[in-house]
Amino acid sequence: MDRKRIRVLLAKPGLDGHDRGAKVVAHALREAGMEVIYTGLHQTVAGIVNQAVQEGVDVIGLSIMSGAHVPICRKLTQLLKAEGVTDKIVVVGGVIPNRDIPVLEQMGVSGVFPGGTPFREIIRFIEENANGG
Amino acid sequence: MNPLREERAKKMGVATYVKDEKDAIQEVILQSGIKVKPVYTPEDLEAVGFDYEKDLGDPGEFPFTRSLHPLGYRSRNWTTRQYTGFGTPEQTNERFKLMISHGQTGLNVAFDLPTQMGYDSDDPMAEGEVGRVGMAVDSLKDLEVAFKDIRLDRIGTGLTINAVASVMLAMYQAMAENFGYDRKRISATPQNDILKEIVGRGAWVYPVEPAVRLIGDVIEYAMKELPRCNPVSVCGYHIRESGCTPAQEISYAFLIAFAYIDNVVARGYRAEDFVGRFSFNLNVFGNLWETVAKFRAARKLWARLLRERYGVKDKKALFLRGIFGGGGSGMTKQQPENNIVRGAYYALAAALSGAQTTALCSFDEAYTIPTERAALLSLRTFQILMDEIGLRDTVDPLAGSYFIETITKQMEEKILEEMEKVEKVGGMVEAVASGYVQREVARQAYEYEKRLQEGQVTKVGVNRYTEGVDMEVELHEYNEAWASLQVERLRELKKNRDGRAVGRSLKALENAAREGLNVMPYLVTCSKEYATLGEMAGVFREVFGEYVEPGIF
Repeated sequence: MDRKRIRVLLAKPGLDGHDRGAKVVAHALREAGMEVIYTGLHQTVAGIVNQAVQEGVDVIGLSIMSGAHVPICRKLTQLLKAEGVTDKIVVVGGVIPNRDIPVLEQMGVSGVFPGGTPFREIIRFIEENANGG
Repeated sequence: MNPLREERAKKMGVATYVKDEKDAIQEVILQSGIKVKPVYTPEDLEAVGFDYEKDLGDPGEFPFTRSLHPLGYRSRNWTTRQYTGFGTPEQTNERFKLMISHGQTGLNVAFDLPTQMGYDSDDPMAEGEVGRVGMAVDSLKDLEVAFKDIRLDRIGTGLTINAVASVMLAMYQAMAENFGYDRKRISATPQNDILKEIVGRGAWVYPVEPAVRLIGDVIEYAMKELPRCNPVSVCGYHIRESGCTPAQEISYAFLIAFAYIDNVVARGYRAEDFVGRFSFNLNVFGNLWETVAKFRAARKLWARLLRERYGVKDKKALFLRGIFGGGGSGMTKQQPENNIVRGAYYALAAALSGAQTTALCSFDEAYTIPTERAALLSLRTFQILMDEIGLRDTVDPLAGSYFIETITKQMEEKILEEMEKVEKVGGMVEAVASGYVQREVARQAYEYEKRLQEGQVTKVGVNRYTEGVDMEVELHEYNEAWASLQVERLRELKKNRDGRAVGRSLKALENAAREGLNVMPYLVTCSKEYATLGEMAGVFREVFGEYVEPGIF
């Protein structure tokens, strides 16, 4: 089957400026054949949703190291719902304690990848779940 | 492997080991590219042209390879300065006092992200972040609470803030003066290194040129008005965290320091008159020997380069002073207790390197900011080293080792090579503005991560000796009520201060910013009128605009 290339928006929401992880994952996804758009730092949730829609991406990837993943993801998933955006999956990486993973999943985050997750796990997850799987 | 890829492989990550099928090591290549031999003899020292007088000198003598002070830790224990701060100023004050009561000898304030970025707690940009990774500071009032009952003439305070370091230092001075201290007697070290924020830590606000000018304003002002303050702490630390090698860490830090020196020299001062108050923040993790060689080579090169480039003569102005510690990148989420052990070895590396001041990332920092217990454990680690097992016994204990002296010389060469590469692309300011350094660092970070995942680099508990069980540590708890409390107080403050006086002081600040005057005295006035951090930073946003990242992909 000839599937189109998966498009990923990799975003750094909020004020956290630690972008090593985001850039490393951007490299890895690109090497796996995906098209990656990296937003740069200090993005607002509204700006990220807007860019995701404009660019027609399949995946919104958030990198959050500040510990603010719960409020940020809550805001983002609510906004996606409010705008009727249903064709994109949301994945999150960063400094995320295990106990927060079910909390994030419950609000509609598809995949959570704490620091140290192997690339192949992230890549496989996206390949299996983006574009409706 | 093609030659180019091989060359890259040697430059990154922790040391590269080539082994035979029996697990015997055939080759060791340190991150900075130095090949380690199985045995070192006097012939190696001869081969690198080692000369005691020229390369080491006695401790406390130029070029200070061995130590800044003749007796090292015998005359003075190192200063311990754990990175501390969270929630409201009251909570931070409590933690400060706790750490001091347990033997900590300096403070290092963690501010929350809105504060670091020049936003008040009620700004929409601050949502979800107030008091999370550090203490929230909106105005002088908050500092007055955070530093209540702390002897500001006895204890030095690191202020981990960069883009708006000028604002925070002015507030710190205003707070100390309101408490009755003479500003000439207080000792603060604002981090105040914006170029490294752009390369590695991301808490930037203003475009490169005015941002560097603000750094220069702080240095110039401190030289005259705050003689015991260290106006800048140049951080190779965060660039190393972002993925550069130890040699690059030192070379980038030096080039950044030169950019700040040049800014102040261009105002008509001699480097000699202010560079002695510069300090550095450098990282410890990775290979033990390479770490020690890095610091010894760095002390020596800094002294030599200041002499050569700026004609600095005063002995104390040639000191590479600073905080060596942290090691955040070395810590792992997997098997978190291993981080306690790692931290102890990082602290040992810092002690063997002659660190003047130190701090350690706590074992739970791969999860969140440290709990009280974790922070105290870091402090105990230092105390065990210094008070129990003998690190204070003699100065520079590894000196004279054929191995250490050889690689210290080689490290010096590597640092100079890395400096030359940046100078070839137009110098540090240009290399940062164009994204050259960021690209280099990000590429290395990726290649390191890949090698880690492919098992070419060993990380205990991550890709070897794994246990398959996920362990959780006790977590520092964040409470969203702190944010509402902080916002409530800010509202109260704005209601009760003299609004017209605030307006006047902010107007004067704006004029100073526009006319290129040193902004510091104006910031002190604004602070004393209880103008908020967001208002002062906002004046600069208005006048200078905001930085835009160069695309590096």
